[in-house]
Amino acid sequence: MPFFKADHLVMRFGGLVAVNDFNLELQPGDLVGLIGPNGAGKTTVFNMITGVYRPTSGRIYFQDKDITGKRPDIITALGIARTFQNIRLFTDLSLIENVMVSYHVRLKSNIFEAVFKLPRYMRQENAMYEEAMELLHKVELDHLAEEKAGSLPYGEQRRLEIARALATHPKLLLLDEPAAGMNPNETLQLMDFIKQIRDEFDLTILLIEHDMKVVMGICERIWVLDYGKTIAVGTPSEIQNNPEVIKAYLGEEEYA
Amino acid sequence: MRKEKLYLRYLLTLISIVILFLIIWWADGHLDNYYKRVLTVSGIYIILGVSLNLINGITGIFSLGHAGFMGLGAYTAALLTMSVAQKQMTFFIEPLISPLDKISIPFLPALLIGGVVAAFFGLLIGIPTLRLGGDYLAIATLGFGEIIVVVFNNTINITNGALGLKGLSPYTNLWWTYGWAVFTVFFITRLVNSSYGRALKAIRENEVAAQAMGVNIFYHKVLAFIVGAFFAGIGGGLLAHLLTTINPVAFNFFLTFNILIVIVIGGLGSITGSVIAGFFFPILLEWLRFIEAPMDVFGIHIPGIPGMRMVVFSLLLLIVMIFYQRGLMGRSEFSWDFIIKRFVKD
Amino acid sequence: MSWESFFQNLSNGISLGGLYALIAIGYSMVYGILRLINFAHGDIFMLGAYIAFYGMLIFSLPWWLSLIVSIILTAFIGILIDKGAYKPLRNAPRISALITAIGVSFFLENLGLVVFGGRPKGFYRPHIFDEIITIKGVRILSLTFYSLVITAIFLVLLFYIVYRTKTGLGMRAVSTDMETARLMGIDVDKIISITFAIGSGLAAVGGVLWAMKYPQINPLMGIFPGLKAFIAAVLGGIGSVGGALLGGFILGIAEIMLVAFMPQLSGYRDAFAFLILILILLVKPTGLLGVEVKEKA
Repeated sequence: MPFFKADHLVMRFGGLVAVNDFNLELQPGDLVGLIGPNGAGKTTVFNMITGVYRPTSGRIYFQDKDITGKRPDIITALGIARTFQNIRLFTDLSLIENVMVSYHVRLKSNIFEAVFKLPRYMRQENAMYEEAMELLHKVELDHLAEEKAGSLPYGEQRRLEIARALATHPKLLLLDEPAAGMNPNETLQLMDFIKQIRDEFDLTILLIEHDMKVVMGICERIWVLDYGKTIAVGTPSEIQNNPEVIKAYLGEEEYA
Repeated sequence: MRKEKLYLRYLLTLISIVILFLIIWWADGHLDNYYKRVLTVSGIYIILGVSLNLINGITGIFSLGHAGFMGLGAYTAALLTMSVAQKQMTFFIEPLISPLDKISIPFLPALLIGGVVAAFFGLLIGIPTLRLGGDYLAIATLGFGEIIVVVFNNTINITNGALGLKGLSPYTNLWWTYGWAVFTVFFITRLVNSSYGRALKAIRENEVAAQAMGVNIFYHKVLAFIVGAFFAGIGGGLLAHLLTTINPVAFNFFLTFNILIVIVIGGLGSITGSVIAGFFFPILLEWLRFIEAPMDVFGIHIPGIPGMRMVVFSLLLLIVMIFYQRGLMGRSEFSWDFIIKRFVKD
Repeated sequence: MSWESFFQNLSNGISLGGLYALIAIGYSMVYGILRLINFAHGDIFMLGAYIAFYGMLIFSLPWWLSLIVSIILTAFIGILIDKGAYKPLRNAPRISALITAIGVSFFLENLGLVVFGGRPKGFYRPHIFDEIITIKGVRILSLTFYSLVITAIFLVLLFYIVYRTKTGLGMRAVSTDMETARLMGIDVDKIISITFAIGSGLAAVGGVLWAMKYPQINPLMGIFPGLKAFIAAVLGGIGSVGGALLGGFILGIAEIMLVAFMPQLSGYRDAFAFLILILILLVKPTGLLGVEVKEKA
């Protein structure tokens, strides 16, 4: 059994087939891209994997477990974390609180230990704080730890979202358009950063991205979706020369 | 940043609590009963405001059932403290069911059991309704509050129906009330600032993201609901033993509305705000009695208008909502750091 | 239960259901457009009854003219409430709008207590509504019958407006997608005002008929009919006019039948509707005729 497997996933909304027969296998340490024109069903794939949607049919396996249709928080606890295309931070909480929320799932103390600050809770709380600060340091946001997340500029909000996802201790990380809204310089930094966290945290990464420079630059394999169907799978150079892919993208451009 | 001056903060908190109880000691000995009563109601409103704010302001679920939980706490505590003789006198339509008719226990355990009963109903109501979205939850909890009143009216062999319970011992005083108020503020503040509180606030800020970060949404909503209901039950028990008479109508939607005014004016999400607004609301309500009294303005005699106070308060709520949604405090909290920074220049 | 008393109860249930439907439509239309539970709607129902009451008492108007005056004035009040209290909060969080709606409701109730006095007032029931009609042994009050006729007239008028006029098309468009409707050149603010006017007017009709039925009025009379009508709207599928109608009739008939068949539960009559609400929300939150709206994650 592979590390992660999406097996014949189908997602229908009423009459609309958002994703049709999606298959994906990942091995530990993979860095895989998921691309395709707008509305191709990429985010829907993420939403199925993370439990936001229950697939109409098909199964999802992660580390020898069938996780199909499990609740999002359970899937997160099993080791799959994500970021969002339209950033979803806890805007009125501080940066450090944003990251610390992710540790809550592993908290072993009950509510009374927390309220009365009993030793076991305080040990965990302090450990959470240290670790969260360390993560913020990695994304170079530690100096803003006490600021509100909503006050950050766009690019930094994306970095905070990644830090927050990392704090859940994922084995598989799903990044939904991490480079969206970034300038070329930030994008370059991001590419290095993604490779760096993959190695440092032993991650497997699946990412959706429109910026071809990012996808071609860091992904080892690429899945191309169009109208819910997988039209091509291969290495960056194979994808670049695939006529189907070119058609899908050029076809889109005609209407753009 | 997090740890420095920690002991200073503890010390300051301790000193303020000592000062608070010194004031109560003074008030208890020097004020007349009317003022003491108003101040006691203020303390109860702090408990109610802070507990509803945990549900509505911190967790962001819109509950309108607070009066129902208060009623449960009030009736439970009252039925437990009433003497056997008083029960026989009160229940002349239908006798009180066994074994309640033979029980009479001290105030504190009665209050606690009242809180636990309210919390249990919080769990019972929360499980079906907290899966609903915001607006529906509001209506469902409002419905729960109204159902409770209907049930109180109809279960005559437990609640004595519309006649209510009379002759409760006036246990509630400033000490009990402010003791509980301090504990409520302590408990809920600590909760909000703990890992659990971060999870609750995360749910308020963005439910989808909170769940994606591993927070079990439903569990935490129910948790907030139960804690809020517990303290509402305590508040209800205190109110019952202040008024010494309770009946079902006392716990209808109008009571919830008063608490809603408190948390909105104080600032949804600010415990400090709820404490301030909760304290001053009953005082303002008493003070505003003058607008209900007959008065002469520029030689024109205006007869007394009973009920005018609540018109003023509902207008006040509307004005706050329309022009100043943050209320007094927004989501900010009082903190010693702020005070320390002003006085101690490093 | 005899055949006669069954039909007697049924006719009572239908007429009560019609009144719920009249109020429920206003809730449903406003919710459909603004996604706001207009808590004040039950109090507009109350105002409708009081306006007609004073119309007949002070100005000695005939009942039908009082009804029309009441419709016009409440429609105006409905618009005023929207412009004054809800419009400033269009882009505010939903919870703010909801609290404001509760605030308006509480304001109207307390103002009613101050202006009209807390004591219930007897409502004049015109003679033609005060007769007993006997059809095949079933004895019903003429009001029960006429109230249905009046309800039906206004419902036909409503359906005509919603489904046959340009304004109605605009209402449906705004309800489906406010932003697109605005881009298509629909005057959204005007449509919202018209929606409030129609909803409030219908509530006034319900209020006057309700007042004749019982026949007395008090400033808090709107709370329970309002809540139940809201439940009827949810039951039928909120946002749908037909759903509000269906929900109103189901709730009215069910309530009367509950009391008729299980008199020992009559004390719980007011709780029954909320039980239905919680059940429907758990089983089919979109209501009987509602359509599911999928939120984007």
